[in-house]
Amino acid sequence: MIKVLFFAELEEIVGSRELTIEKAELTVNEVKEYLKDKFPALPVDRAMIAVNEEYVDDTDVVKTNDIVALVPPVSGG
Amino acid sequence: MSEKLFLITDEVISIQEVVDKVVHPNAGAINTFIGTVREMTKDKKTIYLKYDAYISMAEKKLAQIGDEIQERWPDALVAITHRIGRLDITDIAVVIAVSTPHRADSYDASRYAIERIKEIVPIWKKEHWEDGEKWMGDQLEKTPYPTGKPEGEHLS
Repeated sequence: MIKVLFFAELEEIVGSRELTIEKAELTVNEVKEYLKDKFPALPVDRAMIAVNEEYVDDTDVVKTNDIVALVPPVSGG
Repeated sequence: MSEKLFLITDEVISIQEVVDKVVHPNAGAINTFIGTVREMTKDKKTIYLKYDAYISMAEKKLAQIGDEIQERWPDALVAITHRIGRLDITDIAVVIAVSTPHRADSYDASRYAIERIKEIVPIWKKEHWEDGEKWMGDQLEKTPYPTGKPEGEHLS
């Protein structure tokens, strides 16, 4: 099970801050494809991806109990 | 108050508390940057803002900025507090305090910190205008990141 977090406009589009994917292992790219499929309106490719609070590449692997976050362009400060 | 050097809070920020965290006998300068909520952006009038954050990661990324500053300016001490939730015009959104032995470095490191916040720290601002609202994207206008994340030296 992989947990995915959504923030800001992504949270509003999904309608929830988090969901779980019932898989034991996926690449980051596969997570993105899963989300694009499930939420066609979600601008997945505009988001950075963090796994366990660190930014990752598309080819990195996500394992069960990892927390994936979609980080849309930030606007703090 | 929190003793954390790198803090996300939903409470009003005390500038003094942030400054106090970088007081040091070897410091000859403490530079303080205060980011506040602006009413007019071009011809659009903001009524209020809402900030949201991925709090645990945001504090980690603020700490990373602190580490990056200490690599570049080894004698610097850094504390950063960013507020989230609803903020009204003139409210303080962020306070950065940097102390260094000599003043020039404190300016440079403070500038470095605010620019990096706008690149890597997962905090988002929602503008509320009279006629609508919108989550704001990257204010550096470099979005989207072609590789899906900040590139090269911006990481690590």
